[in-house]
Amino acid sequence: MAGSAYFPRLAIRTPETADSPRHSAVVRITHWLNTLSFFGLLVSGGAILLAHPRLYWGETGNVETPSLVDLPLPFVLVGQSGWGRSLHFLSAWLCVLNGLLYVLSGLLTRHFQRDLAQSSATYSALQRLTYLAVVFILFPLMIWTGLAMSPAITSVFPALVTGLGGQQSARTIHFFAAAFLVLFLLVHVTMVYRAGFRNRVQAMITAKDRI
Amino acid sequence: MSKLISRRGIITTGLATAAGASGLAVAARLADRYGLIPPDHGGIYGVGETLTYAAQRLLTANHSLAREFNRGEISKSIPIDGQPPEKESYQRLLAGGFTDWRLKVDGLVERPSLLSLAELRSYPSRTQITHQACEEGWSFIAEWTGVPLSYVLNLAGVSPRARYVAYFAFDESWDSLDMPEALHPQTLLAYGLNGQDLPAPHGAPLRMKVPRQLGYKNVKYLSRITVTDNLKNIGSGQGSISPDYGYSWYAGI
Repeated sequence: MAGSAYFPRLAIRTPETADSPRHSAVVRITHWLNTLSFFGLLVSGGAILLAHPRLYWGETGNVETPSLVDLPLPFVLVGQSGWGRSLHFLSAWLCVLNGLLYVLSGLLTRHFQRDLAQSSATYSALQRLTYLAVVFILFPLMIWTGLAMSPAITSVFPALVTGLGGQQSARTIHFFAAAFLVLFLLVHVTMVYRAGFRNRVQAMITAKDRI
Repeated sequence: MSKLISRRGIITTGLATAAGASGLAVAARLADRYGLIPPDHGGIYGVGETLTYAAQRLLTANHSLAREFNRGEISKSIPIDGQPPEKESYQRLLAGGFTDWRLKVDGLVERPSLLSLAELRSYPSRTQITHQACEEGWSFIAEWTGVPLSYVLNLAGVSPRARYVAYFAFDESWDSLDMPEALHPQTLLAYGLNGQDLPAPHGAPLRMKVPRQLGYKNVKYLSRITVTDNLKNIGSGQGSISPDYGYSWYAGI
């Protein structure tokens, strides 16, 4: 078992065999760290949103301008979402550093190429495409739109925000990309449940299917 | 085989932990010397604050300028957040057109001074059209006119020991900037908004403008700025009133 980190190709080649790991050690560790950071980001993102649940397009937007979307949520955390921001950035750092580890390891061990880009007996094409889109489109878009809201970062890289049409556009895209990630999470958990919750969760913890 | 690997694994992990811990200690000392540790670095959230502050200070080390906009992009109206201080000392100055108001400049400076509004207006000014975002999420674009804080600091003669500039308002609000932000060319002591005198609800007679950070660093109704090498003795010692309310000292986001 300890060898799985050292022989990731062996580990992945025969995912159907009961005594070989379904997921490599890096995949398992980064999966749960990502779970932790995702919940931190979700809860704190919700707290930040509840300080001003109105979305705009362009550079500026406030209560005296028309909105793009008025979310059916109350302005309950006005002036009280400081903890939300602190938790958001702490979780974002964990998410980004953990994501880098996952992507670098996935490229080096050819995990993406072998298990996600090629047809597989274990996961359907739609499943594999969805995972690739989440890893290589949705998460990078969240980071990009997040950075585009930072006046310090955009002082160095203004194209990050002008390329999106403005700071409020970045905020709006950040919200909708987050909504897609939540939708992914719901489908993901539903499919894990339908495939046999204990087996699949155990496979993501100890690497072994119980079969 | 697997036993060998796990024993080797334990030794490697032990060595890596020891190296990591001593590396962290050295890194923390170096980071503090180069001004990469924020005053509110304590606690679990302090880890995130420190990573963000250090990363952004390294990225913005060359005095990168906040984006500036065209006249046509100025917001038609600006929401008013909070009311001017009701205290008598402020209301009297407001009624008198701030002719008796003075900005106190003290701390680690060679020439502590009391500056009138007329004196501040006589100094070289800068006008900039910048975006300001509130921590809540809303934002606006406006044209600000004022004297660069760096000009006033140079006039007062800042000690080489200076690390922060703290600034205080009539309404008990206060905040502070590190020296890179205080000396940044767009950091203004602003007395004009959209070509007019700064209106009372927007911070008359003088407010701080820090366009590379969120709105709450832009403290209104200023009465004093002080240069210091240490923020521990001001307020709760976290560099600003914001951490008392749960908000970060550094707001470059």
